[in-house]
Amino acid sequence: MFGSGRFSGLRVLKEGLTGNKGWTPHWRDPEPKSEYDVIIVGGGGHGLATAYYLAQEFGLKNIAVLEKGYLGGGNVGRNTTIVRANYGLEGNSQFYSHSLKLWEQMEQDLNYNAMMSQRGIINLFHNDGQRDASIRRANAIVNQGDDAEIIYRDDLKKLLPYLNFDNNRFPIMGGLMHWRGGTARHDAVAWGYARAADQLGVDLIQNCEVTGIDVEGGKVTGVQTSRGPIKAKKIGLAAAGRSSQVAAMAGLTLPLESHVLQAFVTEGLKPIIDHVVTFAEGHLYISQSDKGGLVFGSYIDYYSSYAARGNLPMVEHTMETLVAMVPSVAKARLLRSWGGIMDMSFDGSPIIDKAPVEGLYLNCGWNYGGFKATPASGHTFAHLVALDRPHAAAEKMRLDRFRTGRGIMDEEGTGAQHNLH
Amino acid sequence: MRITCPICGERDMREFTYRGAALPTPPLEADVETWVDHVHLRENAAGVLRELWQHTMGCGAWLVVTRNTITHEILDVVLAEEAGIGIPVAEEQP
Ligand SMILES: Cc1cc2nc3c(=O)[nH]c(=O)nc-3n(C[C@H](O)[C@H](O)[C@H](O)COP(=O)(O)OP(=O)(O)OC[C@H]3O[C@@H](n4cnc5c(N)ncnc54)[C@H](O)[C@@H]3O)c2cc1C
Ligand SMILES: [Zn+2]
Repeated sequence: MFGSGRFSGLRVLKEGLTGNKGWTPHWRDPEPKSEYDVIIVGGGGHGLATAYYLAQEFGLKNIAVLEKGYLGGGNVGRNTTIVRANYGLEGNSQFYSHSLKLWEQMEQDLNYNAMMSQRGIINLFHNDGQRDASIRRANAIVNQGDDAEIIYRDDLKKLLPYLNFDNNRFPIMGGLMHWRGGTARHDAVAWGYARAADQLGVDLIQNCEVTGIDVEGGKVTGVQTSRGPIKAKKIGLAAAGRSSQVAAMAGLTLPLESHVLQAFVTEGLKPIIDHVVTFAEGHLYISQSDKGGLVFGSYIDYYSSYAARGNLPMVEHTMETLVAMVPSVAKARLLRSWGGIMDMSFDGSPIIDKAPVEGLYLNCGWNYGGFKATPASGHTFAHLVALDRPHAAAEKMRLDRFRTGRGIMDEEGTGAQHNLH
Repeated sequence: MRITCPICGERDMREFTYRGAALPTPPLEADVETWVDHVHLRENAAGVLRELWQHTMGCGAWLVVTRNTITHEILDVVLAEEAGIGIPVAEEQP
């Protein structure tokens, strides 16, 4: 029982009493084979989840995930960990609804503690227009079968007493609460999927950069990598911020721009913020980690970047907005900040679709919202790769929507244009 | 990041508004496919990129900035007019 690799309360107790010497690595470190049925490029949350569902639900056996760095070293380990299904548009709505349901069973499925915490996410509104938009969105969320509740100022004062309700420019009128939203430990999500995929026989190959995609007669035949060529019948691209470079290896140009998004964390504080809270003006979002650090962020920096670090103007904006919303944290010291490379699509929504090369599949365009998508992205991408037809929850994530104009999912209503999301 | 506007000199990036890759505008009579590609598809270079910025809080000029997207180093700034890049209609930014 103890050797099986499964976690249980009993096992934690036993290891605790015997110096924690019985733990073994969570996954193998295999040499790449010369050929696989399916290769997934990118060992982030989406690539690992895809490999897991390919093996677990679709019964594929000969699968590899190729990761140029280490598992979870990309955006999956850099985000602000917010999970939610409070989208309003057809396409996004059913996809994120599907995703949240998968989140709710993930820890049981993977036998892994992802610290999924459904603490509720509340989007504050400041004026009549935002209130009306929130009510409309709340109705859309309820219609899709998920939960939404409008909480007005007086009740909100009891729930979130630390907010600056009477900010001169942006007084708080109320908020849209989505109780099943919350946070999850981002690394644990990557590790959980990795371990479960490995146990199903998936080869997780790290330090293996894909440098070329071999196409013969319009069909993929394999990849070139820093660890040698590997043949494959099907190739799924899940390279997030690096999607454009990887797709270019197969001669494709994607409707993406990579931008930098920053995140910030303070020193550990006593519990103050119990939910995930977003401030409509300035796009601030904040939660408190189990260690006590306030984890927060706001907009992307708004220029193309692969630097994985941002510039000071957005740091200043984010701090100003935080202090405008929660003045009491003004004296908290900032511990760290960092950036991640975001694959920004034209309408702010993702692409899960076949590429115009046979045997090649695209999973990209996650913008700043792909963490909450992790289970559904993996599940529906695996469905597409295994069966060659889209899963119902992801059938709107089409590549050709930009070409045809049909099914553009501009959730923010800012316009389907690169520099507006 | 600081950008040296050819008209106003070196200024904080906050004075500028980003537009994206500086692409030559296709001729009006080009086919739909060419226009669709022009509007949507991007090389999305990891490295040196020519891009359009407007000095919105300064002189208002459209600039072609050559910048390294990996290091954020700015290599060159010229007026879009002189670079022969079609000047887009100014739009409100979020
Ligand atoms: C600061 C920040 C905050 C965010 N906050 C949230 C949030 O609160 N909620 C939310 O839902 N989303 C959030 N996101 C977005 C989310 O993190 C991403 O959309 C999501 O993680 C992307 O999918 P992924 O996990 O598969 O990406 P990644 O973890 O980036 O995986 C892609 C992998 O591909 C690998 N790769 C790239 N090129 C190659 C190659 N040539 N060969 C082999 N491997 C390659 C990379 O090394 C990387 O590991 C945030 C992102 C950032 C940066
Ligand atoms: Zn100027």
